[in-house]
Amino acid sequence: MTFDRSSPGAYADLSRRNFLINSAVAGSGLVLSLSLPFGQGKAVGNDSFVPNAFIRIGTDGQIVLTMPYVEMGQGTYTSIPMLIAEELEVGLKQVRIEHAPPNEKLYANPLLGVQATGNSNAIRGAWKPLRETAAAARIMLIAAAASRWGVDAGSCHADAGEVVHAPSGRRLRYGELAAEAARMPVPKDVALKPAEEFKLIGTPAKRLDASGKVNGAAVYGIDARPPGVKIATLAQSPVFGGRLKSVDDTAAKAVRGVRQIVRLDDAVAVVADHMGAAKKGLEALKVEWDEGAHAGLGTQDIARELEQATRKSGPVAQNIGDADKAMANAAMRVEASYHLPFLAHATMEPMNCTVHFRGTECELWVGTQAIARVQAMAAKAAGLPVEKVTVHNHLIGGGFGRRLEADGAVRAVEVAKQVDGPVKVVWTREEDIQHDMYRPYWVDRIAAGLDKSGKPVAWINRFAGSSVIARWLPSAFKDGLDPDTTEGAIDLVYALPNFHVEYVRIEPPGIPTAFWRSVGPSHNVFVTESFIDELAAAAGQDEVAYRRALLDHNPRAKAVLDLAAEKASWSSPLPKGRGRGIALQYVFGSYLAQVAEVEVAKDGSVRVHRVVCVMDCGTVINPDTVEAQIQSGVMFGVTAALYGEITLKNGRIEQANFDTYQMLRINEAPAIEVHLVKSTEPPGGMGEAGTSGIVPAICNAVFAATGKRLRKMPIDSNALKA
Amino acid sequence: MGFTIDINGTPRSVDVDGDTPLLWVLRDVLGMTGTKFGCGMALCGACTVQLDGSAIRSCITTIDSVGNSRITTIEAIGATAIGAKIQKAWLDHEVAQCGYCQSGQIMSASALLRDKPHPTDSDIDDAMSGNICRCGTYVRIREAIKLAAQSQTKEG
Repeated sequence: MTFDRSSPGAYADLSRRNFLINSAVAGSGLVLSLSLPFGQGKAVGNDSFVPNAFIRIGTDGQIVLTMPYVEMGQGTYTSIPMLIAEELEVGLKQVRIEHAPPNEKLYANPLLGVQATGNSNAIRGAWKPLRETAAAARIMLIAAAASRWGVDAGSCHADAGEVVHAPSGRRLRYGELAAEAARMPVPKDVALKPAEEFKLIGTPAKRLDASGKVNGAAVYGIDARPPGVKIATLAQSPVFGGRLKSVDDTAAKAVRGVRQIVRLDDAVAVVADHMGAAKKGLEALKVEWDEGAHAGLGTQDIARELEQATRKSGPVAQNIGDADKAMANAAMRVEASYHLPFLAHATMEPMNCTVHFRGTECELWVGTQAIARVQAMAAKAAGLPVEKVTVHNHLIGGGFGRRLEADGAVRAVEVAKQVDGPVKVVWTREEDIQHDMYRPYWVDRIAAGLDKSGKPVAWINRFAGSSVIARWLPSAFKDGLDPDTTEGAIDLVYALPNFHVEYVRIEPPGIPTAFWRSVGPSHNVFVTESFIDELAAAAGQDEVAYRRALLDHNPRAKAVLDLAAEKASWSSPLPKGRGRGIALQYVFGSYLAQVAEVEVAKDGSVRVHRVVCVMDCGTVINPDTVEAQIQSGVMFGVTAALYGEITLKNGRIEQANFDTYQMLRINEAPAIEVHLVKSTEPPGGMGEAGTSGIVPAICNAVFAATGKRLRKMPIDSNALKA
Repeated sequence: MGFTIDINGTPRSVDVDGDTPLLWVLRDVLGMTGTKFGCGMALCGACTVQLDGSAIRSCITTIDSVGNSRITTIEAIGATAIGAKIQKAWLDHEVAQCGYCQSGQIMSASALLRDKPHPTDSDIDDAMSGNICRCGTYVRIREAIKLAAQSQTKEG
């Protein structure tokens, strides 16, 4: 590998203890915080205590977790508290959650080095530090009780929110001990509970955020209603980079409830009493745009540029052996080129942000995956120092990477600067889809050499596309490479003795790119798992057996593959028109094998009937959430495979709403089986893995059913007509 | 102009244009934010409420079309026997993920059980295919509807 995954601040390695636990007496309770050696790029010493207060125990016994991760459906609000409740020996219900305020230094995601929830790494980042912090709190509470009783701490233990001295039967509640515990020394070496003693971790837990989501009480960003709030909706230049030329707002101003028309350099917003009036006002505007440099841009222009880039060389993401030499000596050569489209996020909650700009300070209400980024960029847009910008975070009505971006907050601040009082800027669905930041378009050129037995002896892949990391987290983009863009294209599960992968970064003109559920792997796993299937076909071998023969060194990968084949009855016959396809991946720190069973109708339409998933994600925190996330990731991937495509014509996004950018619906949804492999390895990521593997599994199943190989997404049913 | 409509059993008066969609009256004028905005074109079902017990998309239902009909929203559906069963089944099966679409899902599912106490898979497809869930909770939505239907049977 040519980049360093263990460098602090970006994709850091938490396998060793590289954080410090600090304690403080705050008010009258115990506060434990963590100092993480990130942000400043230097280790933090004991003398620089920073009260990030991850765990607070009050004299009332209430345990408060300051939550640096956001809840967007992935179950973080339940699984992270499980980690601390386990070590603190309390019930899950005793832990209350508070949103962390924006602060990159105090609440950075240990694996990213910035305060963000993404890359399937909340649990991976929290696994060791938060359990150790909670264990330290337990040890200090026990020490406080032992000191009060004048007994040896070794004769005491914690149980259900109390410290117990078993020989005498005495008990003290945590709340009674919190103040004294804060004066106890912070233990240096904390022994964590062995897996066999887990009471909560690994047992299905009810989600703590569920009840408000069935009765309308849950408050998302779009539900924020500061007193006196007006509602605005907007039209941004239909061509990215264009400018507002002229606006005739005569008719719009006449709409009842419309209060104000706000003109920006590249957008216009209508402020009204309610969204109905704002939308009506927007429709009544006569707007002319100066469309700018990208007015003639089409998707095919971008695809052509990327395709040409794959013919030149790029930075080497991974090299093993001598692939060129092995290719020259191979008995058979297989080549392919793959294309993946731009994709929009289409979160169910359209983009929105509420802002009250008061001249010298600014207040925001929004649901974001990256609150500190929102604060910083909003401050810049407002022309204010960050400490003058307050951000209230909310539940997120779908993230999928869209809400790692602060473009919506910036836009809302620009509008709010011209409005007296608070204004909620709400994107229409059309605006949301046509002004998203998109999953990049990628082109791969890939080749393999097989020996006489059909075994791959050479693998050469060069791909071109945007690096989201290079813009979003520049410190992680090094020597032309980044760990996200290449994940799933390198470090494959298979034994490939001569392996060479290059990445050519090409930023497309006229369309912004961003993270999208499973990001790099959503591209790379499609290519590698489609291509390994092509190799099996070229070798005339069974797709499972072909993969299996390359996994002798990788027992966890082999185990999920074998179990998936067994559970899916891989070798059993299927009716005509049906096929099974498999995909295997190791991404986000988790192993996943998926078998899709599809039916291709005479008209070429594809129906996914059944999906079997076998996951080894290491230690499972909340099995129910893991299952839910895999189900969710699968549906997300099926949507992408069947429908997902954003195209540009004359610089404009052609799709606009759910009629032209379709989502999978319940009548099309496959049955999904999820099997979890028992493991005590550290936990892997869960939120995205299901999406990346299912797309090649479906395409491989279509090949099994029709003999037609799909190398461009989404599936073109015209090409599959019988 | 002024309209008075029955929302969750209470007459509510609002002063808006007659072509204003019910969705914005609920969310922005009355502050009832449980009903969600998703598409504005009756394509996603996030805004589903009930009009005299039938599921409708409030984003295309104008306020002047409501008349004397009874509007029920997610905030009050738990007060009906069917709505309460659906909500319980949703919690038992841990249906919600991000949760944003679930108000609409629950309103559609409650209307379905009112018309068809023992829905088949095909009935569920018909009644629920207008409600998109981007988190893809469809497997659990189906299970939860069946669970709620069973619990109705048990209680006679």
